[in-house]
Amino acid sequence: MNAQAPVIAKPSPAQRAMRFVLPVIVFAAGLLAWELVVRIKDIPPYVLPAPSVIVLTLIKDWAVLSQSLATTLLTTLEGFIAASIGGIALALLFNQSKWVEYSLFPYAVVLQVTPVIAIAPLLLIYLEQQTAVVVCAFIVAFFPVLSNTTLGLNSVDRNLAGLFQLYDASPPQTLRFLKLPAALPYILGGLRIAGGLSLIGAVVAEIAAGTAGAGSGLAYRIAESGYRLNIPRMFAALLLLSLAGIVIYGVLALVSHLVLRRWHESALGKEN
Amino acid sequence: MSAAPTSSAVEASLTALAVSLRGVTKTYDNGVMALGPLDLAVRKGEFIALLGPSGCGKSTALRLIAGLSAPSSGTVRVAHHEGPAQPGHGIGFVFQEPTLMPWTSVRENVRLPLKLGGVPKAEGRARADQALASVGLADFADAFPRELSGGMKMRVSLARALVTDPDILLMDEPFAALDEITRFRLNNDLLTLWRSLGKTVIFVTHSVFESVYLSQRVVVMTARPGRIQADIRIETVEPRGEEFRTSAAYSDYCRRVSAALAPSYSGQSTL
Repeated sequence: MNAQAPVIAKPSPAQRAMRFVLPVIVFAAGLLAWELVVRIKDIPPYVLPAPSVIVLTLIKDWAVLSQSLATTLLTTLEGFIAASIGGIALALLFNQSKWVEYSLFPYAVVLQVTPVIAIAPLLLIYLEQQTAVVVCAFIVAFFPVLSNTTLGLNSVDRNLAGLFQLYDASPPQTLRFLKLPAALPYILGGLRIAGGLSLIGAVVAEIAAGTAGAGSGLAYRIAESGYRLNIPRMFAALLLLSLAGIVIYGVLALVSHLVLRRWHESALGKEN
Repeated sequence: MSAAPTSSAVEASLTALAVSLRGVTKTYDNGVMALGPLDLAVRKGEFIALLGPSGCGKSTALRLIAGLSAPSSGTVRVAHHEGPAQPGHGIGFVFQEPTLMPWTSVRENVRLPLKLGGVPKAEGRARADQALASVGLADFADAFPRELSGGMKMRVSLARALVTDPDILLMDEPFAALDEITRFRLNNDLLTLWRSLGKTVIFVTHSVFESVYLSQRVVVMTARPGRIQADIRIETVEPRGEEFRTSAAYSDYCRRVSAALAPSYSGQSTL
């Protein structure tokens, strides 16, 4: 038993491979069942398209869909960057002055708890459409960055702070060499949430904007295809949105891992 | 022990004093009186131990000397090389925990005080490596703190405190969390360093044995608010080593210090 312990603690390559293989098998089995049900029951594509039809649609409509994907991704990226900069900057401001924090924090919470789908139509009235969509993505995504960064900046080791005080560190030095590095794991955690949320914000705003008229993002494609009963295209657009979400999460998780791997518990793995 | 000398005598002795506290008290915002009034004079090059029950204000006294907090009344004077400038740089502080920055290498951790003081990078790295060598960690400069054992982390912390070549080394129960074997080794290494570098050391501990083994003077403090209960000079053959730890004189001193400490513990819970 004891001799086996290290083997159990550290997953073998075969075990690690299974972590990827198993979900793939489940996915394939699901698709197969779906395909079979559609074919055996002879369900028409405007009710439920078979996976094969969705893939064919994706290829056939690639020109339209890829453009919509690019639009949505650009919106997401702009919202994400705005949320990252805004959230971190606001957290730094809060950290400098308790008064600023007391004055502004309730409004950050209000923005967070008000459903963005309810704000989007208002924003579309007052802002240009593209701006409104980015603002929606920003509103949804900035709060986790703000609250995580605030938490991180407040989690600085007291003794380390005392050490910086002992050596007469200036406020910029303390920020750069102590507070920001200490908050980094928290900031990255916030960014990881914000990545997915800015995609959601962008989609929500596109749907709200779509019903108001123009637009060309993936969410707009979904709404438009719905009106036209082009269900395979709806599924194809949905597939692209899911994939985009997975890729965004994967990229941010990878960045976080690469930045933290030398020192932070979260990136070190369980066998340590 | 601290019967007030005449004022001219005070002035004369100040030159040889590294640290002097006069009538120092510390009352926290919540009204708890943590310290004092406390009078303490530490000569240059002296190794003194502040010994007392937990919560007696030993660490508070150390933080006051370091300038990390201000006394509620009384004066704290700390001598510096030359001129009054550069507060802090004449002082090295070793905390109870290693207090290292986990996100950077051992060398960068040790270089921190120099970096904050604006010392050029190349010179800072050289001095950090030198400080690491003095605590026997020359080979670990590029390691990260998490890759080191508890005792090694404490050595890094010590190297960081020494890197500015301070006159005064303040140590706040630095070895309390370590196992006894590591602790004995670090005790010996610290004594060797102290003998070769000639720094003033104020060492806070709650271990009678450690205080007697290390210091030239054991200052025993009372329970809160901390005052000086006894000031016991430890005189033995220098340099001390393991034979002192097992000698009759050592256990004799330990008994005296324990006896001085006893009133602090009687009749009250110190938890």
